Amino acid sequence: MPPTESVADDTKALTAARSSAAWQGTIRKVYRYLSERIIVGLIHLAGVSAIIFVFCIFYFVFREGWPFLRDSFDVKGFFLSEEWYPTSEVNRRYGILALLAGTGTVTLVAMLVAVPFSLGTAVFISQFCGKKAREVMKILIELLAAIPSVVWGFIGLMVMNPVIVKLTGAPIGLNVLNAGIIVGLMSVPIIVTIAEDAIRAVPDGFIEAAEALGATRWQTVYKVILPAAKSGLLAAVLLGVGRAVGETMAVLMCTGHSINIPFDGHPPYFHVLESVRTLTATIAAEMGEAPRLGANADGTYPVEAFHYQALFVVGIVLFAVTFIINVTEDLIVKGIRKEK
Amino acid sequence: MARIDTIQNMFAATDIIDVKLKTQRTVKWVFGSMSVVILIPLVVLTACLVVRAWPSLTWDFLTDIPKSGMRAGGIWPALVGTMYTVTFSLLIAVPVGVLAGIYLNEYARDNWFTRVVHLAVVNLAGVPSIVHALFGLGAFVVFAGLGKSVLSASLTLAIMTLPVIIVSTKEALLAVPATFRMACWNLGASRWQTIRTIVLPNSIGGILTGIILQVCRAAGETAPIMFTGAVFFKFVQRGDLFPYKPTEQFMALSYHLHTISTQVPGVPESMLYATAVVLLGFVLVFNTLAIVLRTWIRSRKKW
Repeated sequence: MPPTESVADDTKALTAARSSAAWQGTIRKVYRYLSERIIVGLIHLAGVSAIIFVFCIFYFVFREGWPFLRDSFDVKGFFLSEEWYPTSEVNRRYGILALLAGTGTVTLVAMLVAVPFSLGTAVFISQFCGKKAREVMKILIELLAAIPSVVWGFIGLMVMNPVIVKLTGAPIGLNVLNAGIIVGLMSVPIIVTIAEDAIRAVPDGFIEAAEALGATRWQTVYKVILPAAKSGLLAAVLLGVGRAVGETMAVLMCTGHSINIPFDGHPPYFHVLESVRTLTATIAAEMGEAPRLGANADGTYPVEAFHYQALFVVGIVLFAVTFIINVTEDLIVKGIRKEK
Repeated sequence: MARIDTIQNMFAATDIIDVKLKTQRTVKWVFGSMSVVILIPLVVLTACLVVRAWPSLTWDFLTDIPKSGMRAGGIWPALVGTMYTVTFSLLIAVPVGVLAGIYLNEYARDNWFTRVVHLAVVNLAGVPSIVHALFGLGAFVVFAGLGKSVLSASLTLAIMTLPVIIVSTKEALLAVPATFRMACWNLGASRWQTIRTIVLPNSIGGILTGIILQVCRAAGETAPIMFTGAVFFKFVQRGDLFPYKPTEQFMALSYHLHTISTQVPGVPESMLYATAVVLLGFVLVFNTLAIVLRTWIRSRKKW
């Protein structure tokens, strides 16, 4: 082959290769642009997903409970009656007062147990102990938070139950006290974590000023740190309340599950050793037996259908309570950030 | 001599200071014992559970199927069911959660909309598990027509555990210094290229920690799977690794513990405890793994 021809061939091949490379470059650019657009779109979608999910939760729970709200709901009968007879043959009544009382008392006892201990621990971890001890304690608290609620319930049922019977002489160990202690222990980690963050957020200058005046560590804590961190501590307690109100499996297994208002008119007004039943436990225990029935031809529902729907309405109540608690907590924390 | 005495007296503790120091010591002691008291249950209860479970804790217990109405045999179907729901919920929650974390840390501006997203994440974490269960029942079982199945339960668990992944991803990304990103932008990389090549590789450990925590959470939850797919009993071959179809109902460890301890009379006590210990052990081991991983990452951090 003559050399000139070969050169021409080479040039041709080179041009072809160049143009194809240009093409490939363009394709790659387009591909990169598109894939980047897609992934960025996905990121934005995922970012909004939390909002979508919260709306979905409200929508679907509301959707299932709606017929009950429309046809057979009256505020007084629902919130102020203690008669919860959802499967009665003659007169089905849906009053959640006793369930509210159950949730309220368990939460109260839980907070009486959890708040002092959690705040004490938070203060100790952040102010009174060394770095190593702090690390170890934080890890242990994290592990405490990891114990599943059904295991807590099991502990209440199998371990605490006989202990309470032995110590107090109560006929049954599954009561407000048992559930309160268990739920209290469950909400300790969350309160400690948030409270410790709040204490740590107190500006160093405050503490240094107190120490320069000759205050001991305790005086600093008592007079400077706690007042400065008080809204953060409030937020921590609120989150603990939210956790206690929403707890399901542990209270289902430890409260004794009897519809009862543990108050009466004479001392000692509040009976910690009585069994109760909470909103969450009611849903968990009864949803399995409540059938989901469709509407009749004329759009009304058979009375048997209301049980299932009423449980969803209880769910709406729980959703509303925790929603309010969370929003309040968020506003408090936001207030702290603004101040800083 | 007298002079030195006066000087020493001058700096000696007065009564007031003595009282102050005494209070200080007392307070420290009180708070210290408070923290010990709340941590005791973790140790004592775990020990107590393990001791009582010991007779039943055998390899056979893990791999055998329940026999004679749950009163003998093992927990294999429940164990596999829990693996199923954890895996499926992981497959759903990880992509969404990580992308949402990326959005919150890298794309979101500081405005009211981002505040609403934050509020939604907080609420998603704060909604009681039983309300998530009602949502799963209303949305996946009834509305989407998935029925009571592995899928419905996993979707419910995924949405419930999403905040865990979102928050830990966000924190992992936040720990990557802004200068890394700026250096990358200055080389002409786009925002996503920066995230893919610089931010994610530098925060993968933190994200993994979040994923492990999600596994713990999903394995331990009972309420959300109660009405969305978990059943009392389902026949499974011993040692069968793939016994369930995604559209079938399943047994789960947490639900199994609940039913055998509250609804089946006459189950030997050591079996109950053994089931609790297996669940607790699973969760604690994974959690410890997450903690070790996090400590390791912190120790080898270069910036």
